[in-house]
Amino acid sequence: MDKRNVKGFLEFVYDFYKSMKAHEITLVYEGEITHQITKAFTSLTESNMAKEEESNSVQKKVFHVMVECLQNISKHADSFGSDDFLFAGRGIFMVSKGEVEYHVTTGNVIENSKIDELINILDHINTLDKDGLKELYKTQMREGRLSEKGGAGLGFIDIARKTGRKLDYHFLPIDEETHFFILTSTIARTE
Amino acid sequence: METIKILGTDDTPTVILDADNDIFEISGRSLPEDVTAFYDPILNWLDEYAASPNAKTVFTFKLVYFNTASSKLLLDILMKLEEMHEDGKDILVKWYYPEDDEDMQEAGEEYADIVDVPFEQVSYTLS
Repeated sequence: MDKRNVKGFLEFVYDFYKSMKAHEITLVYEGEITHQITKAFTSLTESNMAKEEESNSVQKKVFHVMVECLQNISKHADSFGSDDFLFAGRGIFMVSKGEVEYHVTTGNVIENSKIDELINILDHINTLDKDGLKELYKTQMREGRLSEKGGAGLGFIDIARKTGRKLDYHFLPIDEETHFFILTSTIARTE
Repeated sequence: METIKILGTDDTPTVILDADNDIFEISGRSLPEDVTAFYDPILNWLDEYAASPNAKTVFTFKLVYFNTASSKLLLDILMKLEEMHEDGKDILVKWYYPEDDEDMQEAGEEYADIVDVPFEQVSYTLS
């Protein structure tokens, strides 16, 4: 790198650091989400929360949500029918911790053709109250089939139940065939 | 019958299926990388056991965490026990939950709602 590029890169590193601080991000990762990654991130966050004496119930909720979010990416992030595709099982994963709540955010590429179905699932979950979610979970567990990759279609329902909030999602256009799907789950630090 | 003894790890539960000593237990954490591969031998074992079970079968679940994919497989186990119960076998499910863990207690209640099998909830203190 020549001097100007080095300076540009150093500025980028510092800006990146500052924006992580500003958004209170404690963990950020981009890449393939494997089982090993899932285990590493959950145990790291678990030990951080234990150190900070977060209540058991909050720790469990964050753990549940992290596992389901990470598995959503590893099982569903689009592979476009080809194993070596850039986005197969990949995505961005972030955890941030504020004064009153934790945020677990995932982002991954999704084919346009799958968006409608996903929105239907998410919006349906968002119409349900606590009892409705419980019934849907039971029905899905009884009637749903385990997909080839071991998905049971229960992750989003579980996230909605554990957080007690609506699923907060967005789609940003990437190109003519794909969008970037972002899901943010919020866990209150107080009971 | 062969005995199944699987020592738990940080992502798989301890499993003991020992007909000779009347121990049927799943405990710990369950988020295996491949849920089907992990639970298939257990389901197969239960199929074999169902053909000639003990006079009484008390099946213990003592989990502290399981992911949603595991929840589906746990239901499959409970449904096998339900079938045995419907066949007139003496079955009791004991669902242990840490006393302060409402989610685990509720999970037990949900399973008890879904399957028709004698079901007992037992709270315990984490030491």
